[in-house]
Amino acid sequence: MNIAVLIKQTPDTAELPKISVEEALSGELRATMVLNPWDEFAVEEAIDLSDRFGCQTTAVSMGRADETDALKHALAMGVENALLVDEEVASGGDEWAAADALAAAVTKVGEERDVELVLAGKMSVDGNSGVIYAGVACKLGWDLLVNVTRIVDIADGTLIAEQAFEGGQETVEVPLPVVISVAKEINEPRYPSFMGIRKASRAAIPVLGSADIQVAASSTARWTDLEKPEVEQVQVRIIEGDSVEEKAARLADALMAEKVI
Amino acid sequence: MASSSELLYTEEHNLVRKMAYDFTRNEVMPIIAEHDRNHSFPHELLPRMAQLGFLGICLPACYGGAGMDFLSLGIVSEALEYGDSSVRETVAVHLALHALPIFQWGTEEQKRTFLPGLAAGDQIACFGLTEPGAGSDAAALQARAQRQGGEYILSGEKMWITLADVADRFLVFAKTQPDQGARGISAFILERGWKGLSTGTLEGKMGVRASNTGWINMQEVRVPAEYRLGQEGEGFKIAMSCLDNARFGVAAGSVGIIRACIDESVKYALQRKTFGKPIAEHQLIQQMIAQMQQDLDIGELLVWKAGTLKNQGVRNTRETSMAKWFCTEAARRAADNAVQIHGAYGYSDEYNVERHLRNTKSAVIYEGTSQIHTLMQAAYTLGMREDRPLRCPMPAYDPDAWQ
Repeated sequence: MNIAVLIKQTPDTAELPKISVEEALSGELRATMVLNPWDEFAVEEAIDLSDRFGCQTTAVSMGRADETDALKHALAMGVENALLVDEEVASGGDEWAAADALAAAVTKVGEERDVELVLAGKMSVDGNSGVIYAGVACKLGWDLLVNVTRIVDIADGTLIAEQAFEGGQETVEVPLPVVISVAKEINEPRYPSFMGIRKASRAAIPVLGSADIQVAASSTARWTDLEKPEVEQVQVRIIEGDSVEEKAARLADALMAEKVI
Repeated sequence: MASSSELLYTEEHNLVRKMAYDFTRNEVMPIIAEHDRNHSFPHELLPRMAQLGFLGICLPACYGGAGMDFLSLGIVSEALEYGDSSVRETVAVHLALHALPIFQWGTEEQKRTFLPGLAAGDQIACFGLTEPGAGSDAAALQARAQRQGGEYILSGEKMWITLADVADRFLVFAKTQPDQGARGISAFILERGWKGLSTGTLEGKMGVRASNTGWINMQEVRVPAEYRLGQEGEGFKIAMSCLDNARFGVAAGSVGIIRACIDESVKYALQRKTFGKPIAEHQLIQQMIAQMQQDLDIGELLVWKAGTLKNQGVRNTRETSMAKWFCTEAARRAADNAVQIHGAYGYSDEYNVERHLRNTKSAVIYEGTSQIHTLMQAAYTLGMREDRPLRCPMPAYDPDAWQ
């Protein structure tokens, strides 16, 4: 049993507000590009499962042929292999086309390494669709678990996981292969190690293009318009009081009056 | 998109930069203002820094180090001091002023005995040169070491020692031949717990309050001869070579301070409005921001130059001194301007810039005052000073052998 972890290269969240509509439309972002923060949890879980169960890990990302920063970060954290899918294979396509391309890449990895588990973060901080991993599961024909907070065990072709939902948590058992999206509660992502950094900086990352995988065209969902949200005018109120208890009580009253709580 | 400064470095360096800055933002910055207020040492950071390899970053892997180069040390120093000077100082003292001198001057047995524990953070180490009556005039130190058989008997006092009350190991300098001035000084490694060795903390510092600064008292401490570093009488050269290592970290760290001051000032200047517009649109604010950026660009290049020479194994005393002198003064200017831009808010510890201003005042004093560096640079340029080859030069960085 080996693992593929789906990751995306996104702008540093601190720089997202600086990105213009024109940059977003053209894809030419003048921002520091990083591993999508939600995907860091998936990468960490893949490395942890690799330690626990002795499986191999491969990070898979889709982007331009030179967009390897996120994959290098995953390698530096400890993922063993990386694979880039040239976004040209799904050119002009929507999330469904992207999912098809990533599913094809997972299948390619599986031809060499018998992949039975795909991990992904809950969404990307730029696109925010949160549906790619579901599309990948559908294309692969595998079961899907979402919002997983703990992978309890993998044995005899079965995976046991804890899954959070609104107001509770459940433990579920699914047969492999399976696609899982992880919640941030699942772990605390590690920092890259110096050894990992050396390995990552020397790694030549293979790229899959249209000669390697075929993707069914899909452009059902399209961006028809794009605009930046208005900057919110935030007002600051300092809650005064003679004691911490009094301040807390007044704060609670104010929050209730605003229907925040 | 890579910044222009990132283009000076390799992909490996830029991955180190991201990791070190992430560490600073996630682990250092949330806790350091409170430690500064309380004058407390952030002990909780040491295991994390050791685990990540910061404490032995540019020591070869065969001695337990991370096997990275000197530019990586500079990058980590910059990132840590972006958060606070105290955290960068810990790495500078432990690694550059204690472990690296052992790597440079130690016997193979000393390297194998001392370095792995230091690189792993099992022992924390410091450096004791300054005395109550000997700072810039280091050769005037009064500590004495007298040989008795297989031991030396050390007596004396060291002052303004970073990590004095935290360290397990001490690299101290004492005169073995008091009548021979600088040529009569020798270097010794001491361990906490040895009879006659005591330490204490100095209170009331203006800055670097989250670092431990103190004194070391030695009353007839018996030191085995195999704990002497280098040859007898070689201590002054060892001390000066240590400063070449530490000043590099100070310079790089100061670049981190300038960057922090720019980031905080730009953010504030774009938000804060006076006379109906953001203060960023006022030309006198722009002048201060432009000065900071100019200092950052120059500082980055000086650090890169010194680090590159270190990697090549080229003697770099002049270049490192220049980087330390310029970058610490530039950081002090940047912090002063950052406080000015923040106005009354900058004068309070609600913002980080007042802490940086207090910290930078110590940086223009330690590791050679700005006046000492001025004289050094003048002496080099006037042909009055020349660096002679050392018996044990710092080895050039060798990625294959070090990793």
